[in-house]
Amino acid sequence: MTGTSVRRFVAGLATTAIVLSACSSSTPSSAPASQAAPASQAPVASVPASVPASQAASAPASQAASGGVTAVVIPKQINNPYFDVAFKGAQKAAADLGGTVTQVGPSAADATQQVPFIQTATTQGVGAIIISADDATAVAPALKAAMQAGIKVVGYDSSPAVGAYNVFVNQADTAGIGKGLANMACDLAPSCTGEIAVLSAAQSATNQNAWIAAMQTTMKDAKYSKLVWDGVVYGNDDPQVSTQQAQALLQAHPNLKVIVAPTTVGIVAAAQVVRAAKKTGSVFVTGLGTPKGMVDYVKGGESPEFALWNVTDLGYLAYAVAAQLAAGTIKGTEGETFTVPSLNNGQPYTIGKDSVVVLGPPFVFNKDNIDQYVASFGF
Amino acid sequence: MPKTQGQPGMLGRVTGALGRSRELTLVALIVLMCAIVSLGAPQFLSISNLDQVTAMAAIFAIAGIGEAMVVMTKNIDLSVESTIGLVAFLVGVTLRQGDLPVPAAWLLGIGVGLLLGMVNGAVITVFRIPSIVVTLGTLSIFRGLVFIIAGGKEVNLSDLPAGYANLATDTVLGVPVFVIVAVVIVAIVGLLLWKTRFGRQVYAVGSNAEAAAILGIRSRLVTFAVFSIAGLLGGIAGVMWGIYFGTIYATSASGVVLQIVAAVVVGGVSIAGGTGTVVGAALGALFLALINNALLVLQLPQELLQAIYGAVILVAVSADALLSRRNKGQAAQEAAR
Repeated sequence: MTGTSVRRFVAGLATTAIVLSACSSSTPSSAPASQAAPASQAPVASVPASVPASQAASAPASQAASGGVTAVVIPKQINNPYFDVAFKGAQKAAADLGGTVTQVGPSAADATQQVPFIQTATTQGVGAIIISADDATAVAPALKAAMQAGIKVVGYDSSPAVGAYNVFVNQADTAGIGKGLANMACDLAPSCTGEIAVLSAAQSATNQNAWIAAMQTTMKDAKYSKLVWDGVVYGNDDPQVSTQQAQALLQAHPNLKVIVAPTTVGIVAAAQVVRAAKKTGSVFVTGLGTPKGMVDYVKGGESPEFALWNVTDLGYLAYAVAAQLAAGTIKGTEGETFTVPSLNNGQPYTIGKDSVVVLGPPFVFNKDNIDQYVASFGF
Repeated sequence: MPKTQGQPGMLGRVTGALGRSRELTLVALIVLMCAIVSLGAPQFLSISNLDQVTAMAAIFAIAGIGEAMVVMTKNIDLSVESTIGLVAFLVGVTLRQGDLPVPAAWLLGIGVGLLLGMVNGAVITVFRIPSIVVTLGTLSIFRGLVFIIAGGKEVNLSDLPAGYANLATDTVLGVPVFVIVAVVIVAIVGLLLWKTRFGRQVYAVGSNAEAAAILGIRSRLVTFAVFSIAGLLGGIAGVMWGIYFGTIYATSASGVVLQIVAAVVVGGVSIAGGTGTVVGAALGALFLALINNALLVLQLPQELLQAIYGAVILVAVSADALLSRRNKGQAAQEAAR
């Protein structure tokens, strides 16, 4: 108990310091603030240690209020390593900002099963709901009801329908991911030539569909003109279905060069199928995956490169946005800017069209860097 | 079948033979389907494809054999998918930690499967609760145990011994090891049901429990044994699941009970109990795996796949029901004897 209260106190001081530095000047002082709290995130707590308690006490009420919020995180699915790492980021943010956060959700990725969790959180009167939508429209009515009840709704990972959230934190700009996927496919297809196919998650998965569309947009460029689009198949983020789909892709397209799977389950399944079919070196797999899930296939040659964003930071940013919404420092309208000291090198984030905030560009893993990220992500 | 009498030629003999055996019907359907699909997609019959598809079918066949025995006694085991998931994950974690050598980890997994089956059997027979209720409960409980063990983490291929997942598609004389395992299990359980007193008791309990009791068959003991065997086979399927996929999630094998029950039903094991063979159940698993693969290879519109898959199952079962209606009564009488 004492540990918690000390931690809260320190976190409160940290918040005050952050708010003070952010408020002192809107333009030049943002640089020193970012130096005081670099990307490693940890030093945030060490900053206020030197701040006298009197200063904290004299902080205006409005600033004190912009600390933490009681938030519920509803991922697509619980017991999913990806969402658990994102949740770690949210927990870190809650600790840094002096709030609380819990994670609840369905054990299978099913939108209809997400709704009761939203309704329960609404009844409980939490400060904010942070959600990755299994289906954009299915969760929308429940989320709108939550917003009417005064709860701030932040989407992360997979967006609810526009209007059913205050801010959506996009892990990476859709166009950026689409471009990344197209580039990796181009890298892996010999001379950027040949057939490529996409193994997606569910047909209704908002993020997957947007990335695939963006990938196709990128591929209209002359650079990709020799890549032949064999189409999209859906593995539902189910290992068995993804495996069956990947097996069928190899048969249906004997000249296939690259399978692009923008899903952590799908990319592993496809890489294993290529290995089992003894097509290593003639069919390559890329997309979005986790370092630990893919390390064996990166080194084995099935998947020489793939991408992902910093998942911990995604959860951190989602909570930080929820806290700022709850405090009223942002409203979620287009054009607003805000800073999160430990992210984006302390540079401001801008809320874009449809109240979307972008975490940053995706990061490409290959045999040279993967070991390091297996260690740091732990998934 | 008046038509058969009217045409005593080749066709008549074929349909007559098909009508007598669900297994032959399935073999014919499988051959027919392979022929049709390979016209549209010649790669369908490629060796590398068949190796992978039949190896996965073997897992479902083995779980299906256990389920078939349960269904023969007029029970059902809905928890089998969680048994598969729990065993797969447990073996994966054991190997990740390096606690046991590979064969010992497999034995542990199979032993846990047996234990889970015994739990099902004990609760059903001791408390006399319908198996659908008990296994609905253990379906969740066993899965809950996986979540506890997993703690939000998956077992990745890099956690397992080098080359572990390659075992799934290793072949002996051109036949995948998994298929050989399934065939051996079909043979053992098939003989057990066909040739032993216990086997006859299984059918008797399922076709007429009261008559079985009068004959002095301890139906609860038979039921307990059948669930235990189903657990054991679920454990073997779980070990194989882990090998096949190489990456094991806490949710692995979620939802596959429907595929397993479908294999059993397509294989001619009546949900009303008392009839069917494990050969049929295994062929049912093979048939469904091939159908699934065929639908994907033919590149039908993705949104139609599920509906078509369901329709194919219905057609297969109804076609067989039409062919075998004449013989069904005889089979039931035989089993009751």
